[in-house]
Amino acid sequence: MPWITKSTKGYFQYVPPAFITLLLLIGQLSFHVLDSYLYVVVSIVAAVLTEIILSRIFYGKWKSLSSAYISGISVGILIRSVSVWPYIITAVLSIMSKYILKYKGRHLWNPSNFGVSWMLFMAPLDVAGLSIQWGSNFLGLAVIWALGLAIVYRAKRFHVTIAYVISFVILAYVRSLIVGDTFLAEVSPLTGPMYQLFIFFMITDPGTSVSTRKGRIIVVILVALVEFVLRLNSFIYAPFYALFLVGPVAKYIDLKRNAKKATAVDYNSKPTYSLQT
Amino acid sequence: MAGLEIAETIKLRINRSLKVKSPTIFLSCGTLITVITIKTKEENAFMSWQKKLAQVIVVIIFVGLLIGTALPSRKKIFQNRDEAKQKELSLKKYGFYLQPGNKETNIDFKHSSPDLDPKLKNIAPQIASMGASVSIVDFDNDGWNDIYFTDSKTGSMNALYHNMHNGKFENVANQVGLADLNKRETGASMGAVWADYDNDGYKDLLLYKWGQPELFHNIGGKKFENVTAGSGLPAWVNSNSAIWFDFNNDGLLDIFIGGYFSEKYDLQNLTTTKIMPESFRYANNGGRNYLLENMGNGKFKDVTEQYGLTSTKWTLAAAASDFNGDGYPDLFVANDYNVNELYINKKGEKFTEAGSQTGIGNIPKSGMSVSFGDIDNSGLLGVYNTTITENGILIQDNNYWQPEGDPGNRPYPKFVNLAQLAGINNAGWSYGSQFGDLNNDGYMDLYVANGFISAKENTSYWYDYSKVTGGNSSIIEDAKNWPDMKGKSQSGYEQNKIWLNKGNREFEDVSNEVCPLVTYDSRAVAMADLWNTGALDVVVANQNNIPLIYKNDQSNINHWIELDLQGTVSNADAIGAKVVLEWGGKKQVQVVTAGLGFASQNEHRLHFGLGTNSAVDNVTIYWPSGKSTVIKNPEIDKLISVQEK
Repeated sequence: MPWITKSTKGYFQYVPPAFITLLLLIGQLSFHVLDSYLYVVVSIVAAVLTEIILSRIFYGKWKSLSSAYISGISVGILIRSVSVWPYIITAVLSIMSKYILKYKGRHLWNPSNFGVSWMLFMAPLDVAGLSIQWGSNFLGLAVIWALGLAIVYRAKRFHVTIAYVISFVILAYVRSLIVGDTFLAEVSPLTGPMYQLFIFFMITDPGTSVSTRKGRIIVVILVALVEFVLRLNSFIYAPFYALFLVGPVAKYIDLKRNAKKATAVDYNSKPTYSLQT
Repeated sequence: MAGLEIAETIKLRINRSLKVKSPTIFLSCGTLITVITIKTKEENAFMSWQKKLAQVIVVIIFVGLLIGTALPSRKKIFQNRDEAKQKELSLKKYGFYLQPGNKETNIDFKHSSPDLDPKLKNIAPQIASMGASVSIVDFDNDGWNDIYFTDSKTGSMNALYHNMHNGKFENVANQVGLADLNKRETGASMGAVWADYDNDGYKDLLLYKWGQPELFHNIGGKKFENVTAGSGLPAWVNSNSAIWFDFNNDGLLDIFIGGYFSEKYDLQNLTTTKIMPESFRYANNGGRNYLLENMGNGKFKDVTEQYGLTSTKWTLAAAASDFNGDGYPDLFVANDYNVNELYINKKGEKFTEAGSQTGIGNIPKSGMSVSFGDIDNSGLLGVYNTTITENGILIQDNNYWQPEGDPGNRPYPKFVNLAQLAGINNAGWSYGSQFGDLNNDGYMDLYVANGFISAKENTSYWYDYSKVTGGNSSIIEDAKNWPDMKGKSQSGYEQNKIWLNKGNREFEDVSNEVCPLVTYDSRAVAMADLWNTGALDVVVANQNNIPLIYKNDQSNINHWIELDLQGTVSNADAIGAKVVLEWGGKKQVQVVTAGLGFASQNEHRLHFGLGTNSAVDNVTIYWPSGKSTVIKNPEIDKLISVQEK
């Protein structure tokens, strides 16, 4: 079974898995981000196995495992639990959502966004998020940002990341005016590792992005706006929830509009492979 | 393009009106689930029923997982509010009840938080969240335990409650010179530990502060003399922990003081607001620790660097016991914002930090306290270390580190965390903790103090907290970047945990059953037989509030034995002595400590519950001097004083 199947993306498909692995390594070697290697390994294995099984059941063929690998790592980093089962369940739910929650052949939710958001919101007794559990220094931050920006540029998603970051910073300033906290306090989360995964992997996910550049910019601005509202209401995991709410709606509208535009529908066309988290 | 075959199979509504002919499944909850396969009609013809069935199963599993993960977090916590019946039920079911007795004991102390520099006003409740401590001492050797509470606000008075032997206590702190100790120039009291540092038979007091640590010599149980000047104690330590222990077994008790905030700062008069931890996992910008060797003439020598205790993590608690069986006390240090540390004592000549090698120092958590207990009567002393858990936000879970038997030839003991298996992992925002056999059934139970800041009800600072703590160190470490608390609570109104040992390595949460519901911000816990009844009573010091004095009412027929050790060659208090009690096929170990938990000290004597067994086979005492004493078939239901021979 090939690890990465033939793809229209060529060898670029190797880059995101490599980047997230690098991010994990930097986090682990610098700050020991993982409570246990076991958790991330279990998450990856659960995601990959689910992908293998479901790709056979639903498509009858092998599918590239790189996206499952990314989802597994994301889950392993983004959630915290003292038990192993939440890592397994979150990874499994993430991949399952990709096969089940679909419209016109495309999944609507970014897989790990779905799994992580669901568990954070619905299983708070067993799961917490990464938010305050990663050490922080400028060197690690600079390396991750430089690499991340280079990769999203290469993936033609630079505009997505930048539009979100600018929106977040502006809205952080507005929030600081509203709630009276310092601008640094409001912008602080952006410097943390949770957001590094969010802005480089989740919101740029080709599989769940809309089809036009302008649309993608509008969508991430909307994500930032919804997050702004959630933050004003003290939701700690506001970015995940915002993407969870906005992403699928945007994708649904985009798919529907594109379907209408199409004069002739090619029902035999294949979906492109994506490297979603 | 074909539609969804599985939809036909499970007879759900299929919407064929869409141009793409994609079927949709509408769930009752309104969630739109659209499943489209990308097969051609020709391919569909070959799709097996097995495959369709598999897809249906996948959908069912998916929905099942969604529901299954959500349900456990929606359990409602049962709370028994009927206090009238509660005592009766508790006595019947568990054989004991913790009866609040502040009024009956005449203990009217109330803690007040330390003053801070106005620059910290935005997060003052969070920083000034410690200082309530309790220590048990028989300061006048009358055979009855007395209680010392620290206050913290400038000008406030610490309290020494003398046991009047009739169930009442009298505050004599002022008469003996231990009250007016929270002064601007010497700082705010954070805790107190008692031990006989000069072996004159009376326990002396070390008061640790966010300020100058102070030493008070006990003069015949009548008066205390401040002997800090010239004693060699450091000029200023922002400390929340200190213990007495004899690290070189020379018969003179030495001191360990743990630093929390850096000693560079006077928190009431700051020139900077960059005083906060640089990271929430790997902060090394806390206060330095101090190892002070007792030179025997009322003087202490700073040997911290010489002995290798140079860490500057944010220490909140420490406790000493011999974990590797070499006869020298090792030191377990609980650190906030970083990993815990275990300093292995190299025969009194040096300490080697072995947190990682022993397994206790690999995962950084908020280490809040250290207490010792042998939960399964294996003769192995485990370490309970509290942390912070706030559901959905921060799940650290408390640890119970049990040594893996005799270390043999291994250079370090190995520990395994049994807290989750034992069911004593999730308590809340925990501070102090103590093991003790509350129902005398022969198994050590556990009391954990919880609650951080109880301010405005139904408010939470956790969101604001998460904004800065998830950010870069340059933002975190500056207090001025922290959002204003505006009177919000954070992990407030939490109930303390009382876990009853079921005797099978598992504990039962009886917090709602064995005492009335109270939700103070508890800090320190101490256990002592205050009424000399053979039952362990519980005293809890609460931040900015009154303490809780629990009298342990027993309704069982269980037996007990208490041992009070006195060293002759070893230090007079026998601090560090290990006692192994064997009875009815059980073997329980306890050690004599002078400082255990968080900002607390238990009674000096050791209390063992015996269950219904009416005889003890052996008591073996391993003294710090290396000597040992074996007592065969001691009398039970008695306090036995044992002198080292």
